[in-house]
Amino acid sequence: MSRFQKNVKQYFKENLGILVALAAICIFLAVFPKTSGIFLSQKNIFNVLRQIAPNVFLSCGMVMVIILGGIDLSVGMVIALSGCFAAGCVSRYGLPIPAAFLIGILIGVAVGAFNGIWIAKTTIPPFIVTLASMNISKGLAQVYTGGSPVRVVNDEWQFLGAGYVGPVPVPVILMAIVLIITAIIMNKTKLGRHIYAVGGNAQAATFSGINSGKVKFLVHTYSGLMAGLAGVVWASRMYSGQPTAGEGAEMDAIAAVVVGGTSMAGGSGKIGGMIIGAIIIGVLNNGLNLMNVNTSWQYCIKGIVILLAVFTDYIRNRKG
Amino acid sequence: MSEHVLLQMKNIHKSFPGVKALQAVDFELRAGEVHALLGENGAGKSTLIKVLGGIYIAEEGEIYIEGQKVNIDSVNASHDNGIAIIHQELVLVPHMTVAENIFLGREPGGRFVNHDKMEKDAQELLDAYGLGFTSDTLIKDLTIAQQQMVEIIKAISFNSRILVMDEPTSSISDKEVSFLFETMRTLTAKGVGIIYISHKMSELEQICDRVTVMRDGTYVGTEVVAETNKDKLIAMMVGRELTNYYTRDFLDKETEVVLKCDNIADGKMAKGATFEVHKGEIVGFAGLVGAGRSETMKAIFGLTPGATGEIWVNGTKVNIKTPVDAMKYGIALVPEDRKLEGLYKVQSVRFNSTIEVLKDFMKGIRVDADKEEEITQKYIDMMATKTPSQEQVIGNLSGGNQQKVMIGRWLATSPEILILDEPTRGVDVGAKAEIYAIMNELAKQGMAIIMISSELPEILNMSDRIYVMCDGKLTGCFSHDEGVTQEKIMKLAAK
Repeated sequence: MSRFQKNVKQYFKENLGILVALAAICIFLAVFPKTSGIFLSQKNIFNVLRQIAPNVFLSCGMVMVIILGGIDLSVGMVIALSGCFAAGCVSRYGLPIPAAFLIGILIGVAVGAFNGIWIAKTTIPPFIVTLASMNISKGLAQVYTGGSPVRVVNDEWQFLGAGYVGPVPVPVILMAIVLIITAIIMNKTKLGRHIYAVGGNAQAATFSGINSGKVKFLVHTYSGLMAGLAGVVWASRMYSGQPTAGEGAEMDAIAAVVVGGTSMAGGSGKIGGMIIGAIIIGVLNNGLNLMNVNTSWQYCIKGIVILLAVFTDYIRNRKG
Repeated sequence: MSEHVLLQMKNIHKSFPGVKALQAVDFELRAGEVHALLGENGAGKSTLIKVLGGIYIAEEGEIYIEGQKVNIDSVNASHDNGIAIIHQELVLVPHMTVAENIFLGREPGGRFVNHDKMEKDAQELLDAYGLGFTSDTLIKDLTIAQQQMVEIIKAISFNSRILVMDEPTSSISDKEVSFLFETMRTLTAKGVGIIYISHKMSELEQICDRVTVMRDGTYVGTEVVAETNKDKLIAMMVGRELTNYYTRDFLDKETEVVLKCDNIADGKMAKGATFEVHKGEIVGFAGLVGAGRSETMKAIFGLTPGATGEIWVNGTKVNIKTPVDAMKYGIALVPEDRKLEGLYKVQSVRFNSTIEVLKDFMKGIRVDADKEEEITQKYIDMMATKTPSQEQVIGNLSGGNQQKVMIGRWLATSPEILILDEPTRGVDVGAKAEIYAIMNELAKQGMAIIMISSELPEILNMSDRIYVMCDGKLTGCFSHDEGVTQEKIMKLAAK
């Protein structure tokens, strides 16, 4: 068997539980009278993919952070901060739009690097560091905007979040690129190997001469980069930077990562599973919207699905 | 062994806040020799090794390799100087493959890992040493002994000239030990120098050429193994003659049966042992690692859901489903793996001493602090535990003192039946002798003691009766006065 075939087989074996869950949800939505006509249409599929893009960006950073044994709570509020600044760059200072997007992304990188320095240089838990930077980001976004959205009235601004290349939405293309890059980092590079090593047994990593501080710094910076990207895409789609955008988005990212089979204890986890996790949450949101389920119930259903998905994994692992 | 000096460490000093871990330590390693590093826990062996490995940096002193002065200021600098270390604790990443672990930190390829080459190279190494698993196996799927072999292969794969092994045999079976020794001889024949840290005196004679003894962070002396003896080395280690290493006044009369176990099984490792323990008796359980001894005891102690078999305490049949039941019937179990199953590592000696008996001195919903202090002190005194105070974080004590606190914790429950699983593992010689004396005292007072041990001298010298287990079942029983020997036990312990 070639390495590729082996990997594909391994992928289905590892993710069997959530693949079945995803298939079940899709089949249900495809035959349920209210949604059957719409759900599988090309338009709706792209719609779902576009909606999940910001969550996938965040998840790509989050999966690394969690494999490292940590957590990044700041990413949700970074969406607000970077979106508001990017929008402000255009509407207040008249900067060119690509420059504004770049600045927004760099703000995410800055917050990530800030987290990374604290986590690499001290033993303060990532939970605490990122809880602090979450609050700082939220505060800065509100100070900058005075609490109201920063509007951008410009068609070019919408390209990143609402534009299309042919039939494909731009966020979906970005999502594919980000996923490929993240998968390569995790599976093919030394950095990826070292992330698994530091998360799996920090002492072993030290004894092998791995600079775990550097690994932690790079991973948190990457997570910040992803949050910055999610922020500008989000702001682009909403025609504005909103100081309340992204609130709780970190929880959806954590959900996608754990539903995808990554252990909160660190050391193990795969991008492949995370993608399915993000899709399950996206399809669920979409399907429940199509069925006109009210948002309060949507939360309950989402919670139950997360628990069930992780529970099936638990059962399978216990047997294995 | 040649006269060619590979490594010289001169006048090494290293201190930590409040502790002088190493003071003016000298060490010399020649090409092709196995050089034992001996000393009690806390003597500074591991610190010296960590200085050599670039994990700690010495404040003073010089290191010479092949006569050249070198500066080892990082793990990588140590590797570059041809030094490889197999640390005492297994330092492998559980969710990564054997190949990934072997090449961790020095993966082939540039920024991108050449995965095929890595697996192929690792497989060649595994095959060369005749190990029966593949390089793409995950570490967590291997046994402890197999993991140990991966550590060794990893160290060897550096093509190092200086190899350090820190207690490599503490968790592997005899068969694997002889394999390890064979591997070591192959390496020394090629001119590799091996520094060997072990608590087991018998291994010294088998494999080591010279021995350096350390005590309290200082250098005591270096001896040629063939020209010295065990008593002399022990005296060097503890700084005094240990007159009676084993203390045991064997039981000389028939006493009543306290614990009777019939057909104890847990569906996995324990497969139906039947035995009894008398009042005032120390019963040794011998066997190889994986013989099911610990599992049998855990089943008796109510730690294994679904365990089967019948248990009588003082002639009454009892139903033990949880450790709380077991404690109610006067059974205490001091587990094998202190770190994993016993210690609250970041908590104080007091916390660790009283956790099992808190309910006995509650004032309403509050812990009676005076009473707690009193109980803690009682067992510190009884066990002669060396600790600066009751508030001392237990993780900072030596292995021997940690074990004394653990035993004290369970004695506080006033047990009638005390199960000790490897009571002297990772415990230094002086503390070992003290633990033996305490066991003897407790037995004389009428306590029934079960001791699981993988050290046969300990089993032979302390036990009134010896049960041998193999593959989850009892394969023999000896009385101490019927001329039992290590060979007789080993015959029954091996399949």
